[in-house]
Amino acid sequence: MKKTVLLGALTVAGLAAGAAAAGTLDDVKARGTLNCGVTTGLVGFAAPDANGEWAGFDVSICRAVAAAVLGDSKAVEFVPTTGKTRFTALASGEIDMLARNTTWTFSRDVDLKFEFTGVNYYDGQGFMVPKELGVSSAKELDGATVCIQTGTTTELNLADFFRANNISYEPVPIETNAEAQQQYLAGACDVYTTDASGLAATRATFDDPAGHVLLPEIISKEPLGPLVRHGDHEWGDVVRWTLNALVSAEELGVTSANIAEMSAGSNNPEINRLLGSEGTLGEMMGLDADWAKSAVMAGGNYGEIFAKNIGEETPVGLARGLNAQWTNGGLLYSPPFR
Amino acid sequence: MSDISFVRTEMLPEQDPPASEVGALGWAKHNLFSGAMNSALTVFSILGIYYVLAALVPWAWSPTWNATSLAGCREILHDLGRDGHFSGACWGVINDRWVQLFMGFYPPEHYWRPIAAFILLGVALSPVLFSDQVPAKLIWFTGLYPFLMPWLLWGGSIWVPLMVLAGFVIAYAAYRFVLDKMSELIALIVAVLVAVVWWLFLMGPIAEFVFNIIPIGMEAVGSRKFGGMMLSLTIGVVAIGFSLPIGVVLALGRQSDLLIVKALCVGFIEFIRGVPLITLLFVASTLLNIFMPPGTNFDIIMRVIIMATLFASAYMAEVIRGGLAALPTGQYEGADSLGLDYWQAQRLIIMPQALKISIPGIVSTFIGLFKDTTLVSVIGLLDPLGLSNGIRANAEWNGVVWELYGFIALMFFVFCFSMSRYSMYLERKLQTGHR
Repeated sequence: MKKTVLLGALTVAGLAAGAAAAGTLDDVKARGTLNCGVTTGLVGFAAPDANGEWAGFDVSICRAVAAAVLGDSKAVEFVPTTGKTRFTALASGEIDMLARNTTWTFSRDVDLKFEFTGVNYYDGQGFMVPKELGVSSAKELDGATVCIQTGTTTELNLADFFRANNISYEPVPIETNAEAQQQYLAGACDVYTTDASGLAATRATFDDPAGHVLLPEIISKEPLGPLVRHGDHEWGDVVRWTLNALVSAEELGVTSANIAEMSAGSNNPEINRLLGSEGTLGEMMGLDADWAKSAVMAGGNYGEIFAKNIGEETPVGLARGLNAQWTNGGLLYSPPFR
Repeated sequence: MSDISFVRTEMLPEQDPPASEVGALGWAKHNLFSGAMNSALTVFSILGIYYVLAALVPWAWSPTWNATSLAGCREILHDLGRDGHFSGACWGVINDRWVQLFMGFYPPEHYWRPIAAFILLGVALSPVLFSDQVPAKLIWFTGLYPFLMPWLLWGGSIWVPLMVLAGFVIAYAAYRFVLDKMSELIALIVAVLVAVVWWLFLMGPIAEFVFNIIPIGMEAVGSRKFGGMMLSLTIGVVAIGFSLPIGVVLALGRQSDLLIVKALCVGFIEFIRGVPLITLLFVASTLLNIFMPPGTNFDIIMRVIIMATLFASAYMAEVIRGGLAALPTGQYEGADSLGLDYWQAQRLIIMPQALKISIPGIVSTFIGLFKDTTLVSVIGLLDPLGLSNGIRANAEWNGVVWELYGFIALMFFVFCFSMSRYSMYLERKLQTGHR
């Protein structure tokens, strides 16, 4: 009885507090730090270094948002989340935004009540096989044993692909990427399938990377992006346009190297609006005029972040591919800053 | 009849036993080759051990301590002419990250705080663990330690733990004050109420007020900075420390004649034991978040500690109930015949014997609980196992698996093995010859 009353009171208090709560933007400003959900570790996307500093492609998005809102890219409290805890952590307000290689899907957006604020990486599911297998296309994989992470969308995609092509396979269920690497190298399966970025990162760790090939087929769409809670549009705008600012900066040729002189004013009015020397874009969002400048200075524009964390110069070694600017035949297309 | 007769008049000098009965040879003969079957088993075992070591030792014997990445390790091994997937361990990752595996994200300039906390833990435990070898006065420090440890680990104002401590003093004062006028039960209830009101409503503002006048404190360190072995130890130590007394109370409650007390205890024990720990951890990490009003900052580690404590207490209660059940009824009747009341009988006669019987079970529960702390990696806390994933996510160390797991296993083994040795020592010490 007592417990019921207590829980009831807590729930009511929770609802009341939820209704009365200020927007996330004000909370973040008042707190002075951004609580950003990241993965517990994924090569190139988020990882702590030996000093406990987080770095990676997703982490850079967090830092850019913190820089835009608070003017300090270090003012981020990284909250490691697992695949199971990420959505409740966001829904309950433990984190302000989630940047954790999360695929934008209909049900997550609509049913789970989240708002994806854009796509920072277009991924897709691929296959890796040992070269000696002599396979050049996923359609030749009839009867193969496939290492597959259980409980993920990749498992469903795999079943769909093989059924659609009318070929059979034998799944070898595994729990984590590390386990998959060991199983695959030990020959427990002929094929390893997961997101293409993950395959590239995995192959880069092998003793003999050249002995393994990534097959050309990409069998699913995995647009990964940062997300926020439904219903707080001001905060959603901040995250969305911070991401857009990074993309636009690359398109407009604004880099962390030349941003100081660019922000003094240039001939291109869009650059001036972006960097705050013209117009009042920052003020409209409740941020400083130089919000986008801070965001780009945090880790560079989108292209610089990509090159530093997962680009071809890094061990992960991903080509821009779909993630090139629309002017270069990719899918990155930021709406105009106007 | 022959006249040659011989009668020995003095003893022969003692001779050495046959060479096959003493020394290494004798030992081997008696213990390893005492029969055809045993000889065969010995040979097979030796072959088995050799097979494992022959694979393990060359792998582990790998001069890669100073490598800065997996590629660096491979280069070193390649220069030695060792190539291939299992050519050698890459110990550079341990060299690079062992501090992190112990301390997590704790700020390096404050490393002395967890170290001091765990050294003082040893001091605080010594009067309990080795009561005959340290001064008895040290027990006062043991009493203060539960207030000292959180302050050392989390930092902040020193007045908060002092005010929590003051709550006990106030409750005791209230108890004495009411006891003069009314019955014991009412005094107890009043004392508990006073303490709860103090902790919930008065303590916070007063602690803050005093802090503003006399600001003594250390830099606060958030729970998100906890990680690695110190996180496991913090959760394990606190949960172990609290689960034993709670378990005793639950076990006694389950044996009680009072219906409501008994029902509550049985219900609690059966509910907690019927639910996997991982479920309780998910409740702690996600469900509580949804129930509590947004903005309430109920520390995630505190939530996990509470859940782990509840879980261990339920198991502890059943272990101790086993000890209680093993006592002959004569012990209870003897206590009654001496005119001891319930608590005196429990304290002087029943519990010392019941706990002694349960020592192996209690320590098993402790060890199990300590190892279960690794489950927190599932809810995104970075204990050693969680960190090993984070470490592998660095491009330098991606692909390093066995070295990390081996090191973590070694760390856990050291702690669990010492606990188990201590329990054997305690059993020997408390051995009274009754079986």
